[in-house]
Amino acid sequence: MRTHQPEASAKLAVRFGVVAFLSVFFAASCGGAPTSATSTPASRFPVSITAPGGATVTIPRRPQRVVSLSPSATEMLFAMGAGPQVVAVDDQSNYPATVPKTQLSGFTPNIEAIAAFTLDLVVAAEDTAGLVHGVQALNVPILIEPAAKNLDDTYVQIKQLGAATGHAADADSLVASMRSQVGSFVASVAKPARQLRVYHELDNTYYSVTSATFIGQVYKLLGLTNIADAAAGAAPDYPQLSPEYIVASNPDLIVLADTKCCQQDLSSVAARPGWRAIVAVKSGQVVPVDDDVASRWGPRIIDFMRAVALHVQQLEKQAA
Amino acid sequence: MLSVQVGAAAVPPAVLAGMPRLRWGWAGAGLLALAASCGVGVLVGPVHIGVGTVVQTLVGGAVDPGQANILWSLRFPRVVLGVLVGGTLAIAGAAYQGVFRNPLADPYLLGAAAGANLGATLAIALAPGTSVLGVNVVPLAAFVGAGAAVSGAYALGRSVTGLRSATGLILAGVAIAAFFNSIQSYVQQTQTSSIRQVYSWILGRLVTAGWDDVLLILPYVLLSVVAIYLHRRLLDALTLGEDEVTSLGIPVRRVRLIVVVAATLGTAAVVAVGGTIAFVGIIVPHTIRLLVGRSYRVVIPLSVLFGAAFLVLADAAARTVVAPAELPIGVITAFLGAPFFIAVMRSTRAAAL
Repeated sequence: MRTHQPEASAKLAVRFGVVAFLSVFFAASCGGAPTSATSTPASRFPVSITAPGGATVTIPRRPQRVVSLSPSATEMLFAMGAGPQVVAVDDQSNYPATVPKTQLSGFTPNIEAIAAFTLDLVVAAEDTAGLVHGVQALNVPILIEPAAKNLDDTYVQIKQLGAATGHAADADSLVASMRSQVGSFVASVAKPARQLRVYHELDNTYYSVTSATFIGQVYKLLGLTNIADAAAGAAPDYPQLSPEYIVASNPDLIVLADTKCCQQDLSSVAARPGWRAIVAVKSGQVVPVDDDVASRWGPRIIDFMRAVALHVQQLEKQAA
Repeated sequence: MLSVQVGAAAVPPAVLAGMPRLRWGWAGAGLLALAASCGVGVLVGPVHIGVGTVVQTLVGGAVDPGQANILWSLRFPRVVLGVLVGGTLAIAGAAYQGVFRNPLADPYLLGAAAGANLGATLAIALAPGTSVLGVNVVPLAAFVGAGAAVSGAYALGRSVTGLRSATGLILAGVAIAAFFNSIQSYVQQTQTSSIRQVYSWILGRLVTAGWDDVLLILPYVLLSVVAIYLHRRLLDALTLGEDEVTSLGIPVRRVRLIVVVAATLGTAAVVAVGGTIAFVGIIVPHTIRLLVGRSYRVVIPLSVLFGAAFLVLADAAARTVVAPAELPIGVITAFLGAPFFIAVMRSTRAAAL
C-alpha cells in the first residue's frame, strides 16, 4: 500500500498558506486600507477569458455546474475551493478523493455523455475529437487549458479558472502561496559544490523528460543537471534513453515517476542489470513519486518539488 | 512430445534431385556476417568503449569497472539476445513460408503477434511490475498470448476445413489476429496511462533484463531452430505440391503441424522478450532466396545466420542513431530492411521469385 502522508501534509501546507494569505488580506481590509477593486475584477460576470490556445471564451453567469475533463484542472478547481461547483470529472481525475468521478473521457470525449449532465462550463486540456465544436453547439462555454510548459503557465491557468468560476481571489491566494513555497524550495538548495545529476523516469522502458518540459523546469529551478537533456536532439521533450547511457551518466538522484504504472522502487531499480553501479542506487537517493503528481501541472507540483528539494539538501549535506 | 517427433520423416532422395544444397562458401559467409555484426554490436553504443577494453574484458583482464559493468550487464546480453531473436524470427518466417507455400507468410501469420501484443498489453495495464517465479509477468503473458492465438487459429482452421488446405488455416489466423487486435485496442484505450509502455512494446526493443532474458528463451529457441532445421528437406518436398507429396508417403499434415508448432514456440519466446519486431521474418528468407537459392536446405540454415546478423546490426543502429536516446528496433528493421530488400529485388530482377 502506498502511503499518502506526504500528499496530505502538503495539502495542509497549501491550506495553511491560503489561510495565512486570507488573514493578511482581511487584516488589511479591516484596517481601513482601501479594498483593491482590481484584485477581483473577473469575479463579476460575464467574464471573458482568453485561453492560451487563443480563442476568447465568454462566461455569462457564475457557473454552478462545471464539468472538468482535465485531471490538472480538476485539482486546480478543488484547491481553490471551486469544488462544490464541479458536478462531473473525467475518468482520469482522481484527486482529491472526493471528486465526482464519472466515465467521461478527456481523450475520446463523447459530447452526448457530456450533455447528459446539465452543465454551464466545460474545462478540458485539449480539443480532441471535435470537443470544442460539440460543446459550443450545446451553447455551453468551454475553456481549454492545455499542458503547462512551466510554473508560470500553471499560475495563469489557476487564475483563469478562478476568474471563470468566480474564485478570482481564492485563485490569487493559491498562486501566491505556491509562488512563495517554490521560492523557499529554491532558496533551500544552496549553491551545490558540484553539479548534481538527475534522471527522471517516466516508465520502466526508460522514457525520460528534458528541461524543456514542465517537470524538467522544476529540476532546472532546483539547480540540477538533467541527464536526458543530452538526448533532446532525438526527442525534444520525452526521449527514450539508452540504459547504458543512464548507467554511464551515473546520476546522483533518480526520480521514479513510475511507481503506479510500473510498480518501480529502489529494489526493482537495483535489480536491473548493471544499475547497482549507479551512485544514486548505491546511496539510496532514489525518490519514488506519485506518477499523477509528476505528470500533471496542478497545485500538487509543490509536493513534488518539496520531495525533490529534500533529497537535493541531503545530497548537498553529504557532499559538504 | 515435440522432441520425440523432431526425428523428421525421411524424404525419397529423388524428390530432392536438382535442388541446390547449401554450399560451404555461403555457410562461411553467413558465419562471417554474424561474427562481424556481433563485433559491431559489442563495439558501438552511446557509451564509447574501445576495442582494447572489450578484448580485455572478454579475456578477464583488468579494465575500468564501470565499462566492464556496461559490457557484461548490458551490451553482451543485448547482442546475444539480438542473435537469438533475429535468428529465430528469420527461420520461423522461412518455415511458415514453406509450410503454407505462401511468400507473404511471416512468423505472425497465424496471430502470434496479435496474441503476444494482447498478452503484453493486459500484463502492462492490469498487473504492472508483478512477476511469477521471479520472471516478469509481461514476457510470460506475451508468450501465453502468442501460443493461445496460434492454437486458436489452428483449432478454428481444423474445424472449418479439416486442414485440407492451408488457406483455411491462414484465414483462421487472420480472423483470430483481428479479434485479438480489437481487444488489445480496447484495453489500451481504457488504460491510457500505459499507452507509452504498450507502444514501446509493440514496436519492439531489446532493452531487457540482461542475461535473465537470454536464459529464459534459450531452451525454446534451441528446440524451435533444431526442429525446423531437421525438417528442411521435408519443406523442400512440400514445394512439389500436397497431393504429390502425400502420394510419396510423406505425412503432410503432421509435418505442417510440427513445423508450425516449432516456429510458433520460437516466435512466442522471442516476441516475449523483444516485442513484435516487424519485417525480419519476411525479408531475410526472401533475400536469401534471391541471392543464394530457393531450396529450404539453403534458406533454413542461412536464415538463422543472416537473420541474427541483421537484427544485431539493427539493434546497434537503434541505440546509436539518436544516442543517447534510443529508437524502437522495429522502426530500424523496416527502415533499413525495406530499401535493402527492394535493391536486392531490382538487382536480381526478381527472377527467382
